[in-house]
Amino acid sequence: MAKGIIIIVEQRDLQIRKVSLELLSQGRKLADETGEPLVAVVLGHGIEGLAQTVAASGADKVILIDDEKLANYTTGSYTSVLNKLIRKEEPQAVLIGNTAVGKDLAPRLAQRLGVGLASDCTEMEADEKNFLSFKRPIYAGKAFAHLSSNVRPILATIRPNTFKAEEPDASRQAEIVKETADIDTADLRAIIKEVAIAASERPDLTEANIIISGGRGMKGPENYGILEELADVVGAAVGASRAAVDSGWREPKFQVGQTGKTVAPTLYIACGISGAIQHLAGMGSSKFIVAINKDPEANIFTVADYGIVGDLFDVVPLLTEEFKKLV
Amino acid sequence: MNIIVYIKQTFDTEAKIVLDGSGKIDANGVNLIINPYDEYAIEEGIRLKEKLGGDVTVLAMGGASAQTAIRTALAMGADKAVLVSDPALDNTDEWTKAEILAKAVSQIPYDIILTGRIAIDDGASQIAVRLAEILGVPSISSALKLDITDTQATVTREIDGGTELIEVSLPVVVTAQKGLNDPRYPSVAGIMKAKKKPLKTLTLADLEFSAGDIAPKMNVDKFTLPTARVAGRKIPGEAAEAAQELARLLREEAKVL
Repeated sequence: MAKGIIIIVEQRDLQIRKVSLELLSQGRKLADETGEPLVAVVLGHGIEGLAQTVAASGADKVILIDDEKLANYTTGSYTSVLNKLIRKEEPQAVLIGNTAVGKDLAPRLAQRLGVGLASDCTEMEADEKNFLSFKRPIYAGKAFAHLSSNVRPILATIRPNTFKAEEPDASRQAEIVKETADIDTADLRAIIKEVAIAASERPDLTEANIIISGGRGMKGPENYGILEELADVVGAAVGASRAAVDSGWREPKFQVGQTGKTVAPTLYIACGISGAIQHLAGMGSSKFIVAINKDPEANIFTVADYGIVGDLFDVVPLLTEEFKKLV
Repeated sequence: MNIIVYIKQTFDTEAKIVLDGSGKIDANGVNLIINPYDEYAIEEGIRLKEKLGGDVTVLAMGGASAQTAIRTALAMGADKAVLVSDPALDNTDEWTKAEILAKAVSQIPYDIILTGRIAIDDGASQIAVRLAEILGVPSISSALKLDITDTQATVTREIDGGTELIEVSLPVVVTAQKGLNDPRYPSVAGIMKAKKKPLKTLTLADLEFSAGDIAPKMNVDKFTLPTARVAGRKIPGEAAEAAQELARLLREEAKVL
């Protein structure tokens, strides 16, 4: 009889990913609503110290699987371990953050478990008939598909920034269990030779609460400095439109849009961005949108909560001064 | 080297989405394109063939319209094609589609299977990895650079915040990220040759699937359209005035600062 909600907690270099904390908070609410236990699973090496943070974030039980071979994520090792663990635990549902790891791990795990997968979900609710139902964007957010499954376990990846990570409760206790990693050697065929993470003081676009983004109106790569200054006052990430990336002004990893990153910050400030449908696909679910553009007819104004028709080269530095007064 | 490229035909990015009378996504009058991420896969497959010899088979699932996408891939330089086409495909999920695709693939010799990392219509990004699992081969997602010898693939792939270099023996499934290459335009000569290249169509019966085999595991209960985002307001005044007012609104009204 399937029981429990499992959250796969993602960590890198012993830092828990923000989305995992969001899932633990939402998982806690679901667990209380449905009467199911909330179980967190952490894979890695040297991860003992993370157990308490995970417990404080709402888990009833924390399963730690600590092994050298799990220090860095690889598809094979993580699928091997989680497949066996999930078959043993028999949960109702398994939730994973839709990060680069989640996007890679979830479908492989789903296939090995013989189940479906609701990916990149932006809504999740307890469901009378099928325990959970999900809503996910399709056609770049121009429509939604509503999904549920009567097969167990239910597997879903959730988009970062969909749920809120609540303040942890240091007094929370959880049952802490250590399991050994059971990895099939057949799953260890891909060898990671090198990992190169760009050091950045700014948050990842997909995790940022505030994003300052620049488009064609920026006129050149050298001008992004004014966006970076504004971003640094409020701890924001800096994004770019496809036009700016294709012109070589910013690296592709900073592109927001249908063929770039999908972001859902609390505040998105679009500077010199016309607001093409493909760009809106990438940021349209931001809580608040601000547009700064010389062209009063720019499409971005149709979705902006606040708009300034003006020269971003005048407005942005002035906005930086105003923000400095507030923080 | 035997190369399979799995492609999908999708709606154009400009397409307006409406629901038909039965609540399904209406495809009437919509312009169809090759999924942009699959174009990188086609290009990479052709480059591999040019470098190491061998041939490129294009594999697709869909209705008759998918033939246009296939002919474009053939015009770019792929050698032959297989289309799995069956009305029953309309009621499948990723689990089912991967099982069907695996059956089709098992009839084609391959050293590497290439496809885009995500389809811009469903945005689910599942099939390729599921396929690799069924076939029992490694999968590498989001490749930015691919170096292949007869026996091994060295892939630079995109991960959150950076890249990773991975080595793996063939056979392997690799999904393409934007930036892997610049896809070529088919030449006129290519388009002419494409008309004569072999395209085999298979139904689910040809692949020995019965209705019971293909029931989805994850069900779509319904489709809905988003409520339109309402335009807010433009803040009047000169730059200094407007900036000040915006900051105030963001703090007091939106409460985000």
